[in-house]
Amino acid sequence: MTLAEKILAAHSGKKKVSPGEFINVKVDLVLANDITAPISIREFGKLGARKVFDPKKIVMVPDHFCPNKDIASAEQAKIMRDFAHEHDLVYFEVGQMGIEHVLLPEQGLALPGEVIIGADSHTCTYGALGAFSTGMGSTDIAMAMATGEIWMKVPSSIKFIYRGKLGKWVGGKDLILHTIGDIGVDGALYSAMVFSGETIDALPMDGRFTMSNMAIEAGGKAGVFAYDKTTEKYLKGRAKHPCIVYKADDDAEYIRTIEYDVSTLEPQVSFPHLPSNAKPVSKVGNISIDQSVIGSCTNGRLDDLRLAAKVIKGRKINSRVRCIVIPGTQQVYMDALHEGLIEIFITAGAVVSTPTCGPCLGGYMGILAAGERCISTTNRNFVGRMGSTKSEIYLANPAVAAASAVTGRITGPEEICK
Amino acid sequence: MMLKGTVHKYGINVDTDAIIPARYLNVSEPEELALHCMEDIDIDFVKRVKPGDIIVADTNFGCGSSREHAPLAIKAAKVSCVIAKSFARIFFRNAINIGLPLLESEDAVNNTENGDVLEVDLSKGEIKNLTRNKIFIAKPYPDFMMKIIEAGGLVNYTRKSIVK
Repeated sequence: MTLAEKILAAHSGKKKVSPGEFINVKVDLVLANDITAPISIREFGKLGARKVFDPKKIVMVPDHFCPNKDIASAEQAKIMRDFAHEHDLVYFEVGQMGIEHVLLPEQGLALPGEVIIGADSHTCTYGALGAFSTGMGSTDIAMAMATGEIWMKVPSSIKFIYRGKLGKWVGGKDLILHTIGDIGVDGALYSAMVFSGETIDALPMDGRFTMSNMAIEAGGKAGVFAYDKTTEKYLKGRAKHPCIVYKADDDAEYIRTIEYDVSTLEPQVSFPHLPSNAKPVSKVGNISIDQSVIGSCTNGRLDDLRLAAKVIKGRKINSRVRCIVIPGTQQVYMDALHEGLIEIFITAGAVVSTPTCGPCLGGYMGILAAGERCISTTNRNFVGRMGSTKSEIYLANPAVAAASAVTGRITGPEEICK
Repeated sequence: MMLKGTVHKYGINVDTDAIIPARYLNVSEPEELALHCMEDIDIDFVKRVKPGDIIVADTNFGCGSSREHAPLAIKAAKVSCVIAKSFARIFFRNAINIGLPLLESEDAVNNTENGDVLEVDLSKGEIKNLTRNKIFIAKPYPDFMMKIIEAGGLVNYTRKSIVK
């Protein structure tokens, strides 16, 4: 069995599961946010359930439109907050909260071998730790909150093997944009993406989160990594409870195996309006930008801010660009502060925001006007995603977003960091 | 269950930001969401759509965000079902869970144009294009999913089994 099959078998009380099989799965962690929780809570009420299955296994995070962006958002956030307090759930108030998929691993709440579901499509992020985690809708989450179980179809697995040493400015974001560019936005539909190979073995934890995070942008149900020394080191002193590590069998079956030599891979830029429109940064041409967003559940971790700061240090943000830096959590913010990164950003003329999903989904804190272009470390560049339907989003890694903020056009970091 | 309506046809990769833009997610009432359904790719959809109408699309319909607001908006816009070559998996679950029927049929999509009138027999998975006088059979649902659809969604289907 593959890693995904092993975890799902263990959580459905079966010795073996096969792709395509429908199973009932016990869940270890259930997640919702200020946008999706209100519907879950409404459906939970309709189910006639009075109590949640286990308050310690349900996490609610106000991150999408919080701190509250308007009155309607405030009402939604209040529904979630009141419910979380009433049922004594794991809840992170503004001040402790962060972007959910940066926060949960950081807090040691998402662990290897677990089945984690969340009413947010980027819940697949925790596959980086060797968990089976996937996004669902609010009604599924309501069911799971009431019963601790959910039905699933066992996904087939696609194995991706990456070979070669990555270039200086190339990381997890470039690997996943390149991969989505190759297989398309439905190239892994219903499947578990398995990331492996020598490049992956050497990839730091934050780069792994970025890759798992964007599995959904290829239609994937999950994006998983094998547990190794990097995972072990990350979890040390962090894990809030014990966990079981599963390993794929040597004879596990994959419906496809795709290999990439990434030794010459350049930083990637995904053009509007699909994440699959990836190009090497040297082939971008002259594209001026109005805004650069550095943050999100994809690239709002400490390594991401370090990379951006390395490019921006000693330089100025172009006077025609709004550069918006959003640390993923309060801890990331604090660490960045202690390392002097925040000072680098502010001195250069960037703005640093409190943690929020904000601009990524066109919520607030950086909405685009018609005709404006943004380079962004976020995960989606759909029509209207960050504001006007006549605006454009280009996806890239934090070094490219930082270099572009300095020059005012889409720029590879090598061009300015000679 | 028999459904009948006029087709609103779209292309590949219709994402949930297109179905209901995030700027409207500060509310969760289906009727309010329906006022902005498909707004960013088809500004007049809400004005044109009539009860029972059918959305037909190419591959990967509903990709992107997990927002259940997307199928809720479609259902509250009184669309009777969505027919596509394939659906993104979270959207698929969400639609079945809230009782919005989906049908997968490549042939039906290839042989249907905007404005055609379709009649759908949900229990048989039969799609009749009345404008072109053609019949297509959609991919069948697993048994338990058909029961969820017949019950009008997951909540109705499971309410009885919850321990109070």
